[in-house]
Amino acid sequence: MIPELGHFALALACVLAVAQSVLPLVGASRRDVRWMGTAGPLAAGQLVAVAVAFGCLVWAFVVNDTTVSNVVANSHSAKPMLYKVTGTWGNHEGSMVLWVLILALCGAAVAGFGRDLPTALKARVIAVLGWVSVGFLAFIIFTSNPFDRVWPPPPDGQGLNPVLQDIGLALHPPMLYVGYVGYAVTFAFAVAALLEGRVDAAWGRWVRPWSLVAWAFLTLGIALGSWWAYYELGWGGYWFWDPVENASLLPWLVGTALLHSAIVVEKRDALKIWTVLLAIMAFAMSLLGTFLVRSGVLNSVHAFANDPARGVFILALLMIYVAGAFGIFAWRANRLAPTGIFAPISREGALVLNNLLLCSIAAVVLAGTLWPLFADILTGAKISVGPPFFNAATAPLAIPLVLAMPIGAMLPWKRGDAWGALQRLWWAAVASLAVGFLHLAALGYPVWPAIGMALALWLVAGAAADIADRIALFRRPGQAWQRARGLPRAAWGAAVAHAGMGVTIAGVAGMGVATDALVALKPGESARLAGYEWRLERIEDRQGPNFTSRQATVTVTRDGAVVTVLRPERRTFTVDRQTTTEAAIHTNAIRDLYAVLGEEREGAGVLRLHHNPLAPWIWFGALIMALGGGLSLSDRRMRVAAPAPKGATAPA
Amino acid sequence: MTRKKRRLMVLLLAGLGLGTATALTLTAFQDNIVFFFSPSDVLANPPASDRAIRLGGLVEAGSVERRTGSDGRPAATFRVTDGANAIPVTYSGVLPDLFREGQGVVTLGRLLPDGSFRATEVLARHDETYMPPEVADALRRAGHWNPAEGPPPPAETWNTAPRQREGRSGG
Repeated sequence: MIPELGHFALALACVLAVAQSVLPLVGASRRDVRWMGTAGPLAAGQLVAVAVAFGCLVWAFVVNDTTVSNVVANSHSAKPMLYKVTGTWGNHEGSMVLWVLILALCGAAVAGFGRDLPTALKARVIAVLGWVSVGFLAFIIFTSNPFDRVWPPPPDGQGLNPVLQDIGLALHPPMLYVGYVGYAVTFAFAVAALLEGRVDAAWGRWVRPWSLVAWAFLTLGIALGSWWAYYELGWGGYWFWDPVENASLLPWLVGTALLHSAIVVEKRDALKIWTVLLAIMAFAMSLLGTFLVRSGVLNSVHAFANDPARGVFILALLMIYVAGAFGIFAWRANRLAPTGIFAPISREGALVLNNLLLCSIAAVVLAGTLWPLFADILTGAKISVGPPFFNAATAPLAIPLVLAMPIGAMLPWKRGDAWGALQRLWWAAVASLAVGFLHLAALGYPVWPAIGMALALWLVAGAAADIADRIALFRRPGQAWQRARGLPRAAWGAAVAHAGMGVTIAGVAGMGVATDALVALKPGESARLAGYEWRLERIEDRQGPNFTSRQATVTVTRDGAVVTVLRPERRTFTVDRQTTTEAAIHTNAIRDLYAVLGEEREGAGVLRLHHNPLAPWIWFGALIMALGGGLSLSDRRMRVAAPAPKGATAPA
Repeated sequence: MTRKKRRLMVLLLAGLGLGTATALTLTAFQDNIVFFFSPSDVLANPPASDRAIRLGGLVEAGSVERRTGSDGRPAATFRVTDGANAIPVTYSGVLPDLFREGQGVVTLGRLLPDGSFRATEVLARHDETYMPPEVADALRRAGHWNPAEGPPPPAETWNTAPRQREGRSGG
């Protein structure tokens, strides 16, 4: 009964979404307040319906209802309760329901928080969100019904893929989806603005919080996924340029560009057409990511059920939304005349450079990700494009971007003085060069980690110099505290996020000098790596809630003193007959000691040992970046009502 | 600066960015694209030994031999087959958890002059029922299995060399 209720709620949500995508739009074009007024209640109704559907699905997983085929395929009664709940979105159908739930939540949020939005713009935004909802609800109902029944019900489910039974991966999809769906909102704003034929500073002010939210969550989602790959897959790596990873990186790159160009729209009323285009592209990239992951057209480590029908459906949605948006863009973009004028060396100029480089990186990553697909179609050649390509092609674009970041942040609007900005940054430049050369002298070849360290310090020191300059720390130290408190939170947010990028780059550079060893040890034997003595004490059996495991005890000592005891495991999940490797990691925030237990033979255990300097900084930096986004979001001007645009016809 | 001049500037910059990105992509493609070979492809058209390729097929049943390499590291040898031909593979490292005889595998490495393959990476997937698409395609091309006709035949029948009976029944 409950699953049928859920199914019905989904269908109801779809009907409400259809109404939501038509009524407010008609109202907006007819300037009929009552029709436009349906937008809010419809969005709220859709949220309630989708939430009921989602709740029903969670319930089916919690009570392990084996008459629901989705539960049978992805759950098991012996699974811990936490993973029964998170297993709801650990599969294709459930994760799509979560996707739509977040979309409905965003629609309701626009309706609820957007009280200061002009009624017509708000109605149009909510209507466009309705279009997106209709597409994805139809996708769920017609190709991926999560409430399908099976008869007769099997005694128990087949279990969730053990590598997914993990808290990091339980939180990764919701974070990522808030990011993806957040770009659906900026997309809706872009299309609504095109329909209105007006983009102004107020529009930029409404778009920015949404792009900030989407960006911060996407950053966290990508970082969580990368962290999970690091500790769960046991390869000791953190980013593999896998197509699915790229699929999440593409919206991040375009979204980062959008975040910055929206500032220009808001502050200077320029780059309007470009920003609208970026908002469309960011959502297109989110959809493309969804398509790549769900359709299985690209080879990836992520094994979602590959169903061609689903791939075709999402591809069709992608075409309709993106082609439709571009059609409206071509029809309306000429109305958006630029008004702000600026010199090439200025804050605007720097933000244009930022956009150019970010979009170039996105283009390179897109080409590398999709090329195997096209090569297969065009020539039948089976090729793959791996990390060497992406490293070689993105680094020359990323380095100028990072070099320009602190300088751009220090330039004033309209007309700037690059030399003046450099003068205020000279100590940061000297310090980073010194660190780069010291790194080279101390560790020698390779040169890339040294460049990375120098760039990392450049970003962090540059952000510090920016703040120091704004609060006049050295010129009038007495008033610095006062000025620091008065500084807009957005300025703090930008500096913090830029510094966070620096921390991440430092982590990546640290991983560049990581060392590892593959050893076969008998109990009592030891190996040396990176100045540490790793001694295998014993390997023993252990019983978990739904798995049995072989656990090794490795004592790590340095100069005779015990540093830590690592317990890497190999888990065998009884239900799934699968084995997973649980890496043991000891971190002291500056380096990770990382041990993986491989197979055992002739009384010896095969151990892979890693010494990863600065590894935790990769994800810590991402956290700082997201924090910067949050700080910026809490800026006063985001909370205060945006001024009504000039000449706006705001019906009561 | 006039609007026209500014527009020209932006256009030039955008062209520069696009041009750089294209040039970077193309040069990086030239050096870094990795082609997929099935065992039959390798024999028909051997790749240069300085070029990394991906070799994929099924792990021949009964061919996996784990040993300790000359450098003291764990190593393994096995044969990758597409039903028509098989290539011996040596790999220094720990085989992934999902590596099984008779299942699909993709290895990354170089062909040695003696016709064997030295793998630097062995990929097996998260899901044990998953068959890499290239492998499925290679099997189809070798003429042993048409994916349109249902699930692949049992792994034992793929072996190119006749194998002694070991009294093992099924799995």
